Amino acid sequence: MANITYIEASGQATTLKLADGWSLMQGATANGVDGILGECGGSCACATCHCYVDEARLADLPPASDNELAMLDNVAAERRPGSRLACQIKASAALDGLIIHLPDMQE
Amino acid sequence: MTAHIVIIGAGQAGVQTAEALRAGGFAGAITLLGDEPHGPYHRPPLSKAWLAGDIGAEQLVMRAPEALARKNIALRTHTQVNAIDRAARQVKLADGSALSYSGLVLATGSTPRRLPLPGGDAKGVLALRSRMDASAIAERMAMCIEQQLPVVVIGGGFIGLEVAATARKKGLRVTVLEAAPRLLGRVLAPLLSDWYAQLHRSHGVNLVLGAQITALEADRQGTVSGVRMADGTLHPAALVVVGIGVSANEQLARDAGLACERGIVVDACGRTSDPVIVAAGDCAARRLPDGSLLRLESVQNAIEQGKSVAAALLGQERPFTATPWFWSDQYDKKLQMAGLSGGADQWAVRGDMDSGSFSVYHLRAGQLLAVDSVNASRDHLQARKLLDAGVSPTPAQVGDAAFDLGTLLLK
Ligand SMILES: Cc1cc2nc3c(=O)[nH]c(=O)nc-3n(C[C@H](O)[C@H](O)[C@H](O)COP(=O)(O)OP(=O)(O)OC[C@H]3O[C@@H](n4cnc5c(N)ncnc54)[C@H](O)[C@@H]3O)c2cc1C
Ligand code: FES
Repeated sequence: MANITYIEASGQATTLKLADGWSLMQGATANGVDGILGECGGSCACATCHCYVDEARLADLPPASDNELAMLDNVAAERRPGSRLACQIKASAALDGLIIHLPDMQE
Repeated sequence: MTAHIVIIGAGQAGVQTAEALRAGGFAGAITLLGDEPHGPYHRPPLSKAWLAGDIGAEQLVMRAPEALARKNIALRTHTQVNAIDRAARQVKLADGSALSYSGLVLATGSTPRRLPLPGGDAKGVLALRSRMDASAIAERMAMCIEQQLPVVVIGGGFIGLEVAATARKKGLRVTVLEAAPRLLGRVLAPLLSDWYAQLHRSHGVNLVLGAQITALEADRQGTVSGVRMADGTLHPAALVVVGIGVSANEQLARDAGLACERGIVVDACGRTSDPVIVAAGDCAARRLPDGSLLRLESVQNAIEQGKSVAAALLGQERPFTATPWFWSDQYDKKLQMAGLSGGADQWAVRGDMDSGSFSVYHLRAGQLLAVDSVNASRDHLQARKLLDAGVSPTPAQVGDAAFDLGTLLLK
């Protein structure tokens, strides 16, 4: 279980309690957080779940796969050091309190 | 009458339309009607991660009902529309009640084609479209695993091949029967079809191309036991998954007198022949400038058309012009397709097909039509940009791994 705070480009913040194993994309889309589209349903195929992870906590996350890195190369909004695909990050106690910022465009 | 937009079909296109209407400032009532027991969910994982057991059912959820409620979108599941009365601007529901609309969205999706063969309705012969279909397949697969019984997949299209790959991952014996001489013949270039055939064979699938099936055989209880071929061979099976394509759910529209032809005929903005009725997603066949019809079955198409029809209902023009894209996961290979490759006369490959990470570029008269990438997501996303911009690399540039195709976009 992890509390994750999503901050949309507009400044709108939403905190969700995600069960272990849920991806950050899944939590956001199921709950209607608009800044994440998640068009491929978490298949790492669409790059519409781009998010910026608080850099201080990047080390708490499993590293990105080659495929995720390739997708991040071409995301719609600016790529930053904290860029990740939200569908590739699964909630666990280690992520509790994580804050992620959402870009102003996803496609 | 007060503004009330009724959406028939609570799937990908229906949800997108409802949300795009709200995002576009529509303040009237929105009712999303779905005949399934479940709220909106993702279909693609049904043949992939979900069937493999990698994710749970709750992770299929596309939008929780509460999230829709917060946007003042009224979701009604278990609700089937039986007829449209265009003169009265009402839809008739299965429970006998009627609902008035000022704008109507048809987002009814599609239905798997049935096998027109003797025994095609035996127990254990299943198609895959809905969550309930997927549960039925998963249940029989579990039985096949336990009793070490073989599985036959009829149809070498995306759904059949994804099911076959997932079944192999679970250790099942799998035969794929494809009537055509190659896999995915309608969508892939021959060299990719051959590559996919090799991929499945190398994973232990018994792949039969040019398969001529005459009947499905059943035991005394009416449960499928095997698939009989024209040459007499029998492929034993305790589960037969049929993936031979889908047809558009257009009956409602047809009965209401709307133009239908292999789908509900719409313009680039999703408008039907009735000015207050639009259609989006798998059920819609788009009239192209050259007069031909294009019906796509993909998540992106449902999303893009959903946005277009929402705009159309708000009196705006938002034609669907983006490059079509699609993906398919089989084993550890991710296929990502951009553009439509029909009519290509030239192919060029980037990367090494033997290494399992490459892209096939389809051209016609030097113009880039489509790019199919296997485990090459960089190529795929870049291809969408090239196609959107109408920029074509030469076959030599494609083949030269040292040449950055992205530089063509900067010109
Ligand atoms: C197993 C599977 C795997 C797939 N994999 C991929 C993939 O990898 N990539 C990809 O891009 N696409 C994939 N697709 C295709 C994609 O899911 C569809 O193109 C997309 O869901 C179409 O959306 P839609 O809204 O048009 O239809 P649907 O999502 O099917 O929604 C239509 C809804 O309308 C309901 N309905 C129909 N008639 C009525 C009525 N009279 N009254 C009330 N409700 C009604 C239906 O029950 C259904 O719930 C896959 C599909 C399946 C089945
Ligand atoms: S949801 Fe498509 S890449 Fe994450």
